[in-house]
Amino acid sequence: MSPTILLFLAQDGVMNGAVYALLGVTLVLLFTVTRVIFVAQGAFVAWGALTMAALENGAVPGTALLLVGFGLAAAVVDLLRARGRLSGRRLGLIAGRDIVLPLALLALDTALAPLKPGMAVDVLLTLALIIPMGPLVYRLAFQPLADASVLILFIAAIGVHLAMTGLGLAVFGAEGSRIDPMVAGVVPVGPIVVKLQSFAVLGVTAAVMAGLFVFFERTLLGKALRATAVNRLGARLVGVRVDGAARTAFALAAGIGAVSGVLIGPLTTVAYDTGFLIGLKGFVAAIIAGLASYPLTALAAVAIGLLESYSAFFASAFKEVIVFSIIIPFLLWRSFAHGAPADEEEE
Amino acid sequence: MSAPILRTDALGVSYGRVEAVRGASIEMPAGGVVTVIGANGAGKTSLLNAIMGVLPSSGSVAFDGRLLGASPIEERVARGLSLVPEKRELFGSMSVEDNLRLGAWRLGAKAIRTGLADVFARFPRLQERRDQKAGTLSGGERQMLAMGRALMGRPRALMLDEPSLGLAPRIVKDIFHIVGELKETGVSILLVEQNARAALQIADWAYVMELGEIVMQGPAAELANDKRVIESYLGLGRR
Repeated sequence: MSPTILLFLAQDGVMNGAVYALLGVTLVLLFTVTRVIFVAQGAFVAWGALTMAALENGAVPGTALLLVGFGLAAAVVDLLRARGRLSGRRLGLIAGRDIVLPLALLALDTALAPLKPGMAVDVLLTLALIIPMGPLVYRLAFQPLADASVLILFIAAIGVHLAMTGLGLAVFGAEGSRIDPMVAGVVPVGPIVVKLQSFAVLGVTAAVMAGLFVFFERTLLGKALRATAVNRLGARLVGVRVDGAARTAFALAAGIGAVSGVLIGPLTTVAYDTGFLIGLKGFVAAIIAGLASYPLTALAAVAIGLLESYSAFFASAFKEVIVFSIIIPFLLWRSFAHGAPADEEEE
Repeated sequence: MSAPILRTDALGVSYGRVEAVRGASIEMPAGGVVTVIGANGAGKTSLLNAIMGVLPSSGSVAFDGRLLGASPIEERVARGLSLVPEKRELFGSMSVEDNLRLGAWRLGAKAIRTGLADVFARFPRLQERRDQKAGTLSGGERQMLAMGRALMGRPRALMLDEPSLGLAPRIVKDIFHIVGELKETGVSILLVEQNARAALQIADWAYVMELGEIVMQGPAAELANDKRVIESYLGLGRR
């Protein structure tokens, strides 16, 4: 075992850990604001990477069609629920947000994709397609049960995961894709060479984390989201719309998912179901941090990345087993330290 | 008296088979102080929660001449109805100032600035503690913060649920003093209290609630001299 190999494994682990951290932090964000343990978060990652790959090939990504479908479904649900007492303004909002916007994005993609407009535009188009999906998924799957228990919301999340995986297979096919690196080339770091893309991953992850910090600590909208997490009734009493806060949280989650997809796309082959495993590792990190602390989640995610990378080298057959078993001692410790889960008080 | 800003008609609240509030019809004139007094468990808190939309209810609630129907809490807040709940429901892990800012979060930066200045003038203690976490405040300070947060939203009608509950007598005096000052600003106040003596002193009109029903109403000054009220709620009757 040479120091070179140790160092190489470390850089691999830290880089994967950074992506897990993005996923884990998103899960904490969604859980605190909406109480949904969103196991399907990985699908946004896969869809981000696959959308990017389609655009690079000059094809209209399947997510553009999915978005139109989600929007139509949400519009139908909204219209049915509001039947009879629908103001013109509300109707305009539904039409604009759920029908016109997705169609406009589909038209934009159809026009731009064959021109292969380059990486920057591709990234923007990818984000524009994936971000609106977050609030739509919330609207369709979780808003009707917003007052249900954490367990029911979790079961719904598993359903969403299955649906999103199936839809991903339907629109992207079973084959994986790889996308072009944001930055090509390598740099020597001591005895090893590191892909520049790895630095891009670390840099973007740090930027997203910093952005989230500023959002939650400095902006009133961020504080309103935190308030929803801290005291739901209190937030409603000052006029924070719980649905609005949840939609915002899901938009952020979809956006961070898409960014993660664009980051890992060049480093690994992404298929319609790749996101799940990545998401689960983010989930392990979030659980270790008690689904509550952002910095602890990020730290745990990097530790998981390192653990995975070293176990891949020393016991590659048991790589996943080792990573997922680590959750058990933490669960035991949490249940001894804190007793029954807080959710049971709500019943 | 001017047209009522808030009016409930045969309001009922049930928890399963237990009726906590039955056929409660109350009226709140614009710009006055109305109090609902009654023993612990009489249904006063359920009544306020039903008016605010926190609890589902039968019957109707009209605010400013419009029926509220089943509209959610947020919509009632936007119309100018505000509740300071018995449990305060503060954002404990956030600073006093952030709690206040969130009170006006839908009104914009200018309203937040003027609101903060106004609330800090009314509650100097909150200004001293502005950077402290709300969860570390004393009981009286928490009540002040809950009231300040509600005032930040510029309510037209303010409902206070047991503002004196669990507070030391000196603090209770402060709180009632502040409620009296608020009356001068023109906001309509609905005060629910177990401390009947203090509530009747400050209110214009009073309702007495027993076992979920309104059993008596009248000008507060008259009720304060009513034999039944004195015996049951002012603790002087039994010699």
